Amino acid sequence: MTARFTVGDTVQVRAATPPGHVRTPYFIRGHAGTVTKVAGVFANPEELAYGRPGTPAQPLYWVQFAQKDLWADYQGSDKDTAVVDVFESWLEAAP
Amino acid sequence: MTAVHDHDHDHGHDHDDWPYPHPRQPDLEDGPLTHHMAMAEAVAELLIDKEIISADEMHRMLEVIDSKSPAEGARMVARAWLDPDFKAKMMDDVNAAAKDLDIDAGGIPIRCVENTPGVHNVIVCTLCSCYPRLLIGLPPDWYKSRAYRSRVVREPRAVLTEFGTNISNDVEIRVHDSTADLRYMVLPERPAGTEGLNEESLRALVTRDSMIGVTHLKTD
Repeated sequence: MTARFTVGDTVQVRAATPPGHVRTPYFIRGHAGTVTKVAGVFANPEELAYGRPGTPAQPLYWVQFAQKDLWADYQGSDKDTAVVDVFESWLEAAP
Repeated sequence: MTAVHDHDHDHGHDHDDWPYPHPRQPDLEDGPLTHHMAMAEAVAELLIDKEIISADEMHRMLEVIDSKSPAEGARMVARAWLDPDFKAKMMDDVNAAAKDLDIDAGGIPIRCVENTPGVHNVIVCTLCSCYPRLLIGLPPDWYKSRAYRSRVVREPRAVLTEFGTNISNDVEIRVHDSTADLRYMVLPERPAGTEGLNEESLRALVTRDSMIGVTHLKTD
């Protein structure tokens, strides 16, 4: 599977709440971040968890978020960030 | 009077009581057998019954995991401080670099993030407790706690301060949430004043917590 996004792209995490073995933490859903690494292609854990083959495999990205964007009352430096591993099916091009 | 009750009762205690003023250390069996504990036992038994793995293989694997320690990660850190080519390889693929030191870091890909004067990295798995066990051993209990997992991504500076680590606001704190198929280790900054130390002495400085990113290394 060819990676849809590349380093430097601004992406938005889908604000979805599907049931199941989801690997996208709530605190980044709906937030925009920047791709800092295309980190490989892996069988989809949301499928593997139910005994299915995990296809199509999912490109995995490091997505970097500004902490002050994630938490309205963030106590810290404006420089602080969080980098989260996010599978491509959870990402959209930022509007 | 039963066999376990075979003495005179002039001391007025309830027979199951523990005579010491502190609670008894519970045995494993004193907790409930939960659904998932029963499931894990059943799956292990089935794998062995069906000869998918043998009991020997399973116990050997547990021994291998238990034998891992932060010393192996520390060897890699010390080498990376001294050898730029090794460091470049480690930053690209920790498992491959580990092989160069005859360390088996396992099949789950491990990535390294480097602390610099401008960036302090710290690792967490907010969803469960992913950790590079096959490189630096079993995780500390606090790493698996809900408090650490929820707080370090929400208020990393407060958490680091509790570890005695004070980071200037000029430095970016970069929290890595290990949510997927990769595991992470931090390459800590080499402490000042260690220029003359050999590799073995450098290794001895490197701690587990520095490779999780909750502490800075010090020379004393």
